[in-house]
Amino acid sequence: MDLNLSDEQRLLRESAERFVAESYDADHRRKMAKDPSGFSPDVWKQFAELGWLALPIAEEFDGLGGGTVEIGILMEAFGRGLVSEPYVATVVLGAALIERCGSTAQKQARLPKVADGSLKLAFAHSERAARFDLTKVATVAHKTAQGWRLAGSKIAVLDGHAADEIIISAHIHDHQGPSGRIGLFLVPAKTPSVSISDYERLGGGRACNIELSGVELPEDALLGDGSDALSAIEWAVDRTMAALGAEAVGIMQVLLDTTLEYTKIRKQFGRPLSANQVIRHRLADMAMQVDESRSMALRAALKADSPPVERARAASGAKAKIGKCARFVGEQSIQLHGGMGVTEELEVGAYFKRLVAFDTLFGGSAHHYGRHAWLGRTTQPA
Amino acid sequence: MDLSFNAEERAFQDEVRGFIAKNLTEEMKRATALTPSVFSDPDIGMAWQRALHRQGWGAPGWPVEYGGPDWTPAQRWIFETESARAGVPNVNVMGVKMVGPVIIGFGSPEQKNFYLPRILSGEDYWCQGYSEPGSGSDLSSLKTRAVRDGDDYIINGTKIWTTHAHHANRMFALVRTSDGPRQQDGISFVLIDMTTPGITTRPILTIGGDHEVNQVFFDDVRVPVANRVGEEGKGWTYGKYLLEFERGSGIASAKLREGLKAIAELAESDLTGRAIDSPDIASRISEVEVDIDALEMTELRVLSALQTGQNPGAVSSILKLRNSEIRQAVTRLGVDVIGHDALAVEPMRPLYKLNHEPAVPEEMLTVVPEYLNGRAYTIFGGTSEIQRDIIAKMMLGI
Repeated sequence: MDLNLSDEQRLLRESAERFVAESYDADHRRKMAKDPSGFSPDVWKQFAELGWLALPIAEEFDGLGGGTVEIGILMEAFGRGLVSEPYVATVVLGAALIERCGSTAQKQARLPKVADGSLKLAFAHSERAARFDLTKVATVAHKTAQGWRLAGSKIAVLDGHAADEIIISAHIHDHQGPSGRIGLFLVPAKTPSVSISDYERLGGGRACNIELSGVELPEDALLGDGSDALSAIEWAVDRTMAALGAEAVGIMQVLLDTTLEYTKIRKQFGRPLSANQVIRHRLADMAMQVDESRSMALRAALKADSPPVERARAASGAKAKIGKCARFVGEQSIQLHGGMGVTEELEVGAYFKRLVAFDTLFGGSAHHYGRHAWLGRTTQPA
Repeated sequence: MDLSFNAEERAFQDEVRGFIAKNLTEEMKRATALTPSVFSDPDIGMAWQRALHRQGWGAPGWPVEYGGPDWTPAQRWIFETESARAGVPNVNVMGVKMVGPVIIGFGSPEQKNFYLPRILSGEDYWCQGYSEPGSGSDLSSLKTRAVRDGDDYIINGTKIWTTHAHHANRMFALVRTSDGPRQQDGISFVLIDMTTPGITTRPILTIGGDHEVNQVFFDDVRVPVANRVGEEGKGWTYGKYLLEFERGSGIASAKLREGLKAIAELAESDLTGRAIDSPDIASRISEVEVDIDALEMTELRVLSALQTGQNPGAVSSILKLRNSEIRQAVTRLGVDVIGHDALAVEPMRPLYKLNHEPAVPEEMLTVVPEYLNGRAYTIFGGTSEIQRDIIAKMMLGI
């Protein structure tokens, strides 16, 4: 039992924090928010040079073989700077799904390119009618003589506009009809009949909705051997929630630090706000919730390779708890900044919006306490 | 980073499990499960203390020279966790965990030789004389006075919330020996024999129906000056040391987990009409379980820091606050889970020696008393409001 950072992990944290502090200031964020690409190709190149894109990829595919704890360290630093590069979409979701499900040829063709920065990915799974239920997929992939034909609609695809290739989930219909299996399909973004409408994402970065109206794909667009991909999807989303939890911790820490400083400087009734016990106690609660969130993000990361139920409960528990804490810390940061907290003139709002986006992504607290409860039952309802 | 234990630690875990299996009787286990107050009654608690002492485990936090087992932080974690899982008696902490460390840190050689072995063996049973009717959170305003008379102090005043004063043969107390410019000055730390003439104890019943705390009155009570620990007037420092001693070694999550498990089992049973089938109850159980997970991780992070000799810092001040709040959440959930049966109050004590058939199944007997008595968790040992003051000061510098 040891929860201390190794020397390598400490170095990773230091370099990530330094990078974010030096390259990711308020001006950069404002510029990125207006940029239709939502991120900077130069920064992406630096990510590749620093080895961050290769971090979790296996060494045989030019990766560094890092784990979820290392991803968490990086994500916490990204949270501090509200980094908007498509790291989660490409590395944490995309590359992980390919590594887990893909054939050797599919992996060899893509993972080294992710690692060197020349291939960006996205994962399109959510659908309007499914809400947060990962098992519900209405998009269909029909087997054709040449390969596959995809039809359906996907929503809330993280950084889909930036991706060279999008991994799309669909129910496989073979020659006998519905197979009951979910398949993952590698779809080049420029494929005809793939219609992407992207939008500025709450809290920075971009997301998109995708319409698939009879998209023709070759045989080898199917990732892996066509066995049911649901367990891989749940696995990848659980890991992503752990990573996003770490990012939320970084965001919350900045809000806490900023708000604490403000309450020391801002004077009303002839004394600093922090001289009031009601303010001190609020900040104590915020500090406590940031710390609890840090514990939960780490726990989810450390259990990311545990058996499915244990992993999923740790991920859902972390998502629910951190989401709840994030809302509290974010809302109180605005409250304690007073009127200025509600304006675009301070950065508090930008950090808050990213936390709201975090809480919403892959399901909010109510959904994940429910999933945690369902997975924890020893008996089923009568 | 790694959450699992190494081979040596797993071997120790087996040793602890073996010890518990051999020494924990069904009677002790049932009595512990049916005790809705903080500590086991002395007949149950001291039986366990004696078993621990025979094993050399009577005082986990003490230095080896005074009889401590020289455990690593991970070993302490394993010991506490296995003890909670098995449901061992809750030994009154006033001796081993509170006065013991103060005597070790500041006592005279005579005091060490006399008191420490008697704490280890369970021969002495201690209570704590800190709070007074007029001095709760503002403890250092205390007024119980000790006036020097030859080789004795003559003590007059009163102490309150004195846990197990009706069982204890000794009390450690903070008393005022002089009036300094600061109210923290002039307080001394004394050890009092509870059989001394002039001491009377009045029981205080808590809202759950238990007699655990008391008010103690001192009427010209003679205590030898030799029973003062350390210097006269420095009692506040020693008293604070006592509280700090426990900081960073708080291991509470395992006990909370067992408490929640009992409630979750009730919720899944026909006794409650399967309360868990209500999505609200199911989600609330998960919410509390996740809070326990977070507390456990924080405890393990503190432990990891201690293992490598780092100072865990102010994170440890969060532990008391969260433990007490989660404890209350568990007991609140319990009342909601048992539904109508929350109306049935069993007034007799102890609950493990009833001579009649109670109105509710045994599994539910402690639920309401634990909820009611449990309101005290966020009050004793520094209220939640005082804890938030400490966190703001120590962690945030405001």
